[in-house]
Amino acid sequence: MRWLLLKDLQILRRSPLQAALLVVYPILIAVLVGFAISRDEDKTRIAYLNEVPADARIDVGGEQLPSANVSERICRRVECIDVATREEAIAEVESGDVQAALVLPADLVSRINSLSTFNPRTPQVEVLVNEDNPVKAQLVDDRIDALLAEANLAIAKRIAGEGSRYLALVIDGGDFEVLGQTVRILGLRTSAQLLGALEPSLPQGALRESLARVRKFAEQARDNLDIASPLIDRLAQPIAIEKVSVGGTSPPLDVFAIAVAATITLAFVTILLVAGSLALERDENAFPRLTRGLVSRTSLLGEKVLLGMLAGLVVTLLMLAGLELFVSLRWERFGLWLGAIVAGGAALGAAGAALGAAVREVRAVSLLAFMVTLPVAFLSLIPSGAVGGGLFDAIEIVTAAFPFKPALRAMESALDPAGPAFGPVLLHLAALAVFYAALARLGLRRFTRI
Amino acid sequence: MEALGLVKRYDGNEALRGVSFEAGQGERVAVIGPNGAGKTTLLSILAGILAPDRGEVSAPGGAVGWVPQQAALYRRLTVEENLLLFARLEGREDPRASVEQMLDLIGLRERRGEVLARLSGGNQQRVNIAIGLLGRPAVLLLDEPSVGLDPRQRARLWEFICGLAADGTTVVFSTHDIQEAERYGDRLLVLADGEALFDGGAGQLREAVREQAPEAADRDFETAFVAYLHHRGH
Repeated sequence: MRWLLLKDLQILRRSPLQAALLVVYPILIAVLVGFAISRDEDKTRIAYLNEVPADARIDVGGEQLPSANVSERICRRVECIDVATREEAIAEVESGDVQAALVLPADLVSRINSLSTFNPRTPQVEVLVNEDNPVKAQLVDDRIDALLAEANLAIAKRIAGEGSRYLALVIDGGDFEVLGQTVRILGLRTSAQLLGALEPSLPQGALRESLARVRKFAEQARDNLDIASPLIDRLAQPIAIEKVSVGGTSPPLDVFAIAVAATITLAFVTILLVAGSLALERDENAFPRLTRGLVSRTSLLGEKVLLGMLAGLVVTLLMLAGLELFVSLRWERFGLWLGAIVAGGAALGAAGAALGAAVREVRAVSLLAFMVTLPVAFLSLIPSGAVGGGLFDAIEIVTAAFPFKPALRAMESALDPAGPAFGPVLLHLAALAVFYAALARLGLRRFTRI
Repeated sequence: MEALGLVKRYDGNEALRGVSFEAGQGERVAVIGPNGAGKTTLLSILAGILAPDRGEVSAPGGAVGWVPQQAALYRRLTVEENLLLFARLEGREDPRASVEQMLDLIGLRERRGEVLARLSGGNQQRVNIAIGLLGRPAVLLLDEPSVGLDPRQRARLWEFICGLAADGTTVVFSTHDIQEAERYGDRLLVLADGEALFDGGAGQLREAVREQAPEAADRDFETAFVAYLHHRGH
């Protein structure tokens, strides 16, 4: 088997394009994924035009906040590219350099301040978008909705807080600043106490009864408004979220992206190489010469799968090493990486062998390998809930029958402890490796060209 | 080598119908016949590539070397790498010595480092034959070995094969070229539609042609042979 392996490596070395692709491909994937995940995924790039006067201050309940706080809050969530004019903002959006432009008009702060007056005006911001792509349009809409919801929530919390403060003043009394003057508010609690103290000194009669009614009202109002205070606090965010995970754990998004990149690399390298090199034995007419006593068909299959596993291992590790330039990987889990790559490579290699044995022609099998692997890879990335229940079940069956998804899960598991359980995934891959190897062995029965 | 009552069917069609023949040590047997006669099937069964549906093959103690019609070689490997690979797979004690021996035998020592794809068809065929000889076979089976070769290459190839036979190797080869079969075959096995029509020397075949197709007997051997096949219902 080692001589056949050496022969295949020699052939690979003599195919500069193929060898270059095997090296360039993972580097390219690593660079692309690296750039994608090293950028903060929350930070949408927007052009930012702030026309609000620099000295404008947001006045909420007597508290003066600099308007710069608004900019800071926005640019914490998105990547702001400052522009000087609306035209410049439009040009940035049209060129595609930014996903959208956000324009804060000059009267924004005064409108926000008007919310706590008797003449409130709705604050408005302007968003310029280029909806040349439906996915991008949806993404921008979602980002803007999220930003607006966050801004509205912050303002609502401020207003609710002020409402509660006023209410506390009415109930308990205290000092209140108005037009630069301090006004002392008596409060319902103290009023009730004063009235209660005054009441016994009055003679029985209509006046005393009236005073008793006023005291009772003050007590009732105090007790009921005490309950209202927490209600006002909840008004800003009436529904709280408690997230409970019932369907397993999942690694962070960047780990998932690395696992996807690694599995795609492993799948294409392994499947294409195994399928192609097996079909090449027939193309070169060497298969009958080899299998008439020199090598058994099973050994030949084993050699091809081993070749794919080795190449897949080297290329995938190269890609992961390349990703280390962008993100920090958990090298202490290297043993698990090896396990995942080897197990995934074995199953994917066996699937490649089955394709090679079935198609028997190098060009056709390369095309078929792409036609099978690419859609299965896409299907494997569809999350539950994204499509209807029946369709998702069908996708689950298809993706479970091909080694891509189990290999992806093995990579997730190897890269991060929050990934799926390693053992069952390895068993799944082992079962698929045996199944596809058996299919390939069956295909080799009709492999000889006479 | 001896074959007895070989029958082979593909999808219900009989490619060989009870073919028997034998070849002695150092003998050159030419298997001739029209396309679809069963020549490649017969040689593939003799080589052990295909299993017959019926009949049996017995070969002498030494291995049977097989040289398929299409060169069974790796075109991206060099001459030397191809020979070394098969010498190792054949389990030669000293694979490198076997390679040197074969390079001398096929006269390609100077081109040992050349990638096979860059060699002419004739030279590729020489490497193809050398690989068939690596196991030092007592019997060498060649399936249309001269196809695609120019006359000069063909002459060199036959000189080489005749040299092997002279050294005691039994050579069984198939060919479309009647003149070639007549010239290089000690015996001719004529196959048509899977049936063995004739087994004997070239002179005996001429006699048979004269008997069966007297009107074509004085014409060239190929024309006379075609007339003979026609008279035999093929």
